[in-house]
Formats: sequence, C-alpha cells, structure tokens
Amino acid sequence: MTTSRAGADLPDLYRAMRRIRMIEEAVAVRYAEQEMRCPVHLSIGQEAVAVGVCAGMRPDDQLVSTHRCHAHYLAKNGDLKAMLAEIYGKAAGCCGGRGGSMHLTDSTAGVLLSLPIVASSIPIAVGAALAIRQEGRDAVAATFMGDGSIEEGVFHESMNFAALMRLPVLFILENNLYSCYTGLKDRQPRRPFVDLARGYGMPAEAADGNDVEAVREAARRAIARARAGDGPTLLVFDTYRWREHCGPNYDNDIGYRTEAEFLDWKERCPVEQAHRRLVAAGRHDEAAEAAMTAAIQAEINEAFAFAKTAPFPSPETARSHVYG
Amino acid sequence: MAEARILNVAEALREATDVAMEHDPRIFVMGEGVSDPKAIFGTTAGLAERYGAARVMEMPIAENGFTGVAIGAAIMGRRPLIVHQRVDFALLSLEQLFNNAAKTCYVTGGHHTVPLVVRMIVGRGWGQGPAHSQSLEPLFAMIPGLKVVMPTTAREAKGQLIAALEDPNPVIMIEHRWVHYATGHVPAGRYTVPLDGPRRVREGGDVTIVATSYMLLEALRAAETLEKAGISADVIDMAVLRPFAPEPIVDSVRRTGRLLFIDTGFRQFGIGAEVVATVVEQAFGSLVTPPVRLGLPEHPTPSSRALLTDFYPTALSIIDAAAALTGIEPARIAAPRAALAAELAKLPVDVPHPTFRGPF
Ligand SMILES: Cc1ncc(C[n+]2csc(CCOP(=O)(O)OP(=O)(O)O)c2C)c(N)n1
Ligand SMILES: [Mg+2]
Repeated sequence: MTTSRAGADLPDLYRAMRRIRMIEEAVAVRYAEQEMRCPVHLSIGQEAVAVGVCAGMRPDDQLVSTHRCHAHYLAKNGDLKAMLAEIYGKAAGCCGGRGGSMHLTDSTAGVLLSLPIVASSIPIAVGAALAIRQEGRDAVAATFMGDGSIEEGVFHESMNFAALMRLPVLFILENNLYSCYTGLKDRQPRRPFVDLARGYGMPAEAADGNDVEAVREAARRAIARARAGDGPTLLVFDTYRWREHCGPNYDNDIGYRTEAEFLDWKERCPVEQAHRRLVAAGRHDEAAEAAMTAAIQAEINEAFAFAKTAPFPSPETARSHVYG
Repeated sequence: MAEARILNVAEALREATDVAMEHDPRIFVMGEGVSDPKAIFGTTAGLAERYGAARVMEMPIAENGFTGVAIGAAIMGRRPLIVHQRVDFALLSLEQLFNNAAKTCYVTGGHHTVPLVVRMIVGRGWGQGPAHSQSLEPLFAMIPGLKVVMPTTAREAKGQLIAALEDPNPVIMIEHRWVHYATGHVPAGRYTVPLDGPRRVREGGDVTIVATSYMLLEALRAAETLEKAGISADVIDMAVLRPFAPEPIVDSVRRTGRLLFIDTGFRQFGIGAEVVATVVEQAFGSLVTPPVRLGLPEHPTPSSRALLTDFYPTALSIIDAAAALTGIEPARIAAPRAALAAELAKLPVDVPHPTFRGPF
C-alpha cells in the first residue's frame, strides 16, 4: 500500500501551505526578469484548498487540474524543479518545455494532467476514475474546478456520468468569486453550489476554503466514500485569489473588485490562520518558523538555480512525440 | 486629401463595432470579457459604457450554449456579435456553428437566415503553448454556409467587420493577435470592405505571393527585400477564405508563372492546399515551376521559445522560398537578406511588439 498523508496534522498542512506561498511569491518576484516566458496563474490566497484536499490523497490517487495548477501540483508532491524548469521553458521541465505553466504533470506524484481550457479537465478525472474502477483498485480521482468551470456543459455531463456510474471522483469546486475580471453574480444565478449535486443525486459538502483543517475533513469524508465504492462527491470551498487572474501583479486598482474586498480576504489568509492556530496551541514559535522558512527558502533557491541554468530543449525535438 | 487617421487593428475593430452598433440597434455583443477592464485586448473598450449591459453582454463560460443562444436570436432577426479571446475556446461551439449557423438558411430553403458574427483570436508568443495558439481557419473555411474572413490591415479590418455585421449570413472573423498591433490609415465613420475574396496589396511580375493574416505582414517585409534583389513580387492578401474566390490569384499566376502561399496555420491541409490545387486545375499551363507552400509544421505549438525557432514562417523563410522559386543566384539576395535578418534579430521570437512585456 502506498503511503498517504491522510493523517497529516496541522503542522504538516501549515508547512505545505507556507511552502507553496513562498514558491509562488518567488515566481511573482522573479517574473519581472522576463525569463519565465509563459502565462502564470498564481494560487496565492487559495493554498488551503489544494493542501487540505491533497492531505488525504495517496500518490496513486489521480489529480487533474486547470490553468491555475501550481498549488494543486505542489500540494500533491509534484516535483518543484520540474515545475520551475517547465515555466522557464527548459528541457528538464515536467513537459520538456512543451506545455508551460498551465500543463503541469507528474505521474510519480499522481498529477495526471493540468489543462488550460476551462472545464476540459473535469471529464478527464472522471475517465481516470473509470480506469481505476476497471482495474479494481481503491484509488480515487480528483478534479479541481474554478467557479467558472461549472458554467460549461461538460461539468454537468461529467457530474451526471460520474453519479450514474458511482465512480470514485471528487469534484472540488474552488470558488474564488471571479472568472478573470467577471464576478460570480454577473455569470450565475444565486443559489447554493451544493444544490448542483442534488440535481444528480450526488452528496455534497461545503466548507471554509481558507481553513485547511475544514477542507481536509470534508475531503477525508469524500475520499472515504469514494474508496468504499459509494461514488462521487461535490466539495465546495470558498476562497480568494489575491493577485491578478494571470500574471504576477496585484490588480485591485483596475476596477473589477475593491481593495476593501481583497483586504477582507487577506485578513483571512489561509496560511496565517493556520499559523495563528498552531502558535495559540503552543505547537509553533518564532524559532521554529525561522528554521522552517529557511529550509524552504533554501529549497526554493536551489530549484530556481536549477531551472535557470538548465539547458533549453533543442529545436529538433519539437517534432517528437506527436504520436506514441 | 484628408489627414491620415492612424489606428491599429484592435482600435479599428473597436471603432467598427461602435459605428455598426450606433447604426443598427439590433446589434449586440456577447462574450467572456467583453465588458471587463481588458475588453478583449481593447477591441470592445468603452462599448459597455456607451451601449449598456443589455447590448454588451458579459457571458458565462459556456461557449456552445451562448453560441446557440446567439443563433436563436439571429434567426429571430437580432444581430449578435460573439467575441472569443482565442480560437481554442471557440472550439467548444463548433456543433452550433457547423450544424445550425451554417445550415439553417439552406435547410429552410432560405426562409431563415442567421446574421451572426463570431470573432476569434489566434494567440502567439510568450509561451502560449499548445491550446492557446491554434490557427484553425481551414476548419471553418471548409463549411458551406459560413463566411470566413481574416483581416490584416486596419482599414480592411474595420470595413470587413462592418460588412460582416450587415451581412445576413454567419461570418467567422479570425484575427491574429499580432495583427492587432499593425497600424494604418482608417477612414472615420461607416464604410464597408466587401467579403468577396482576395485582394492585391503589392504589384509585381516575377512571383505571386499569397498569404493569410499575420503571414501577409511577413510576406510584405519579404517582398521589400526581394525588390532590393531585383525580384518583384505580386503580393495578395487572402483576406476572405470563404466564399472562395481564387480568380485574382489565378490571374496573377498566369502573369508570373510562380506561386508561393504562406499559411498562418498548418501547411498540410491548410488554406494553401486549396489555393494550390485550384491554381493547378485552372492555370497549370502557366506554371513554370511547382508551387510552394509554407505554414506550420506537423506538431502542436510548444510553449518554450527554444522549441519555436523553426516553427513559424518568417520574412526570411519567405525570401528563401521566393528566391528558390525564381531561381536567382543566392549572392544577389545575400546583402539585403542579411540586413533584414539583423533587424529581425533585435526582437525575441516570442513577442509581437517592442513594448510587449507579457503575460498576454
Ligand atoms: C473554454 C474556455 N473559455 C475561456 C477560457 C479563458 N479563461 C481562462 S481562465 C478563465 C476563468 C476561469 O475562471 P474559474 O474557472 O473560476 O477559475 P479561476 O481562474 O478563478 O481559478 C477563462 C474564462 C478558457 N481557457 N477556456
Ligand atoms: Mg474563479
């Protein structure tokens, strides 16, 4: 049996979130160097959903992500060097430089695919679950979905299919209130997201997407159901993207949302919340924090150095792998 | 002569939409991002403020659904304009476009028409990668019942979009993102450029060079350099892919005896394949040498710029192909070609414009 972090305790969850935050902050800072020449969709502010869900997943559980895939990939133990090398367009990237930041994949870690077309990834996860079922294994598949992706027909087709076949899938709705620069209220009628599952006779659960323990508990229940053969679950987590839709900057000044709204969510930072909880419980202090962040920073520095100095793929290889 | 009004293609498309909407209250805009602060690379900027949310409608991410909605409204006599930020996103709506937009007039014996315009943009550069950079115009061009346009210059872009919005048929406008940066004189007010076929943009007698969209800009650069080596190119903008009207190209080849076609999309099964086949059928006797096609190679667009060095045709590869076609000695073209190569090397392969800083 492969190992699982299902029992992951708050210190582990906190460290995983802090690491993702520091990695993405580093991407944001270094983006201005103009060496990461591909679009980047940062998950800063949304770390708890990725970490809380993946805490209960094993390496043989499959994850399918979207354009905003960095946190999901990292939370599932996707290789950091291969991720950064991909963003730098290098041969050592997880796609050999072919995909860029929206196509992160790591088979060892169970990151099956990340796909940049909205909702395109949802049925792929259902297909992964079908394969798991056909092979008679107890693994599960999870699809991370933005609030925008449930507007596509294929979301509904996938929910229906998964419910009909009672497949081991987690539909993880990561509601950050926006699709690019368009708010939810301009795109969808008001109703509880969990009602979407009711239409397909599927269980659903909503939890605070900035509370990593709440996310972990909800995901744990859904994973248990899926492993037991009791079928799919819709999980709904409200959270917030701090930076612009695509790129390294803040954009609260361009008019689609308010600085006050952002500050409100920033107050509820998932990483800081977990930090405060740990300190209050006497399980973390400044010295531990310093040691932890120093170790993470060293790992990040090494990974960036690797990605920046790694060789580019040679142009002839552009033609290879069109067929298997 | 009136003073030149210099706009880029993005601004010209915005102006076309504004002029047409002012003229015809039935026109309304649908799309993801049409009223957001980025306004589809500026091409819909200010329209929501001017015409209101009822006529500039922000859409859920539901391309097939809202395309069907647009077709339904169009059959009822409304005039929807759909805008997609990428061709790749429009792929979700092909069922509605191919089965309903393209066929309703035919199936109903002309009783219903579908006055729908769908704009979609071909991405390129800054690591866009495999699913944000596809130039799939042949898919649309092969469907009877659709009209397909690829604008290249600012004046034409405005006139073609107004013509499309006044047309009773579904018109697909495929814009290359890098074409948005091209500037030129644009007349004020309402005018149309007919959606009736290719047009000559430069006269010459030695070789016929035909291109679609952004590749026309590369071809024009190539033609300037070729001129310095004494080769005069007859350059034709494909402009309108369907209705397919090859006569200007066939006529040109009858004079030059040589044909070079540059596709913005794939070379195989590209627009050039249809054009070359037609020229061979209609002017075989005039050809002094086999026609040549350039276009994208047989693989998806990789993200890394290192993998893109030979991916896109350039003014240089066009020059080389034209030099081979006309059989001039390489020495004659070497100096002007080297000068152009030095100039092109100043800009990285993955950016459209010196001011560009990513990410889109
Ligand atoms: C089919 C399709 N339409 C449009 C887009 C452009 N697009 C990229 S991300 C995005 C917003 C997605 O919003 P959401 O699903 O909420 O994810 P978030 O970006 O908030 O994480 C859009 C519209 C796309 N990639 N694919
Ligand atoms: Mg969202």
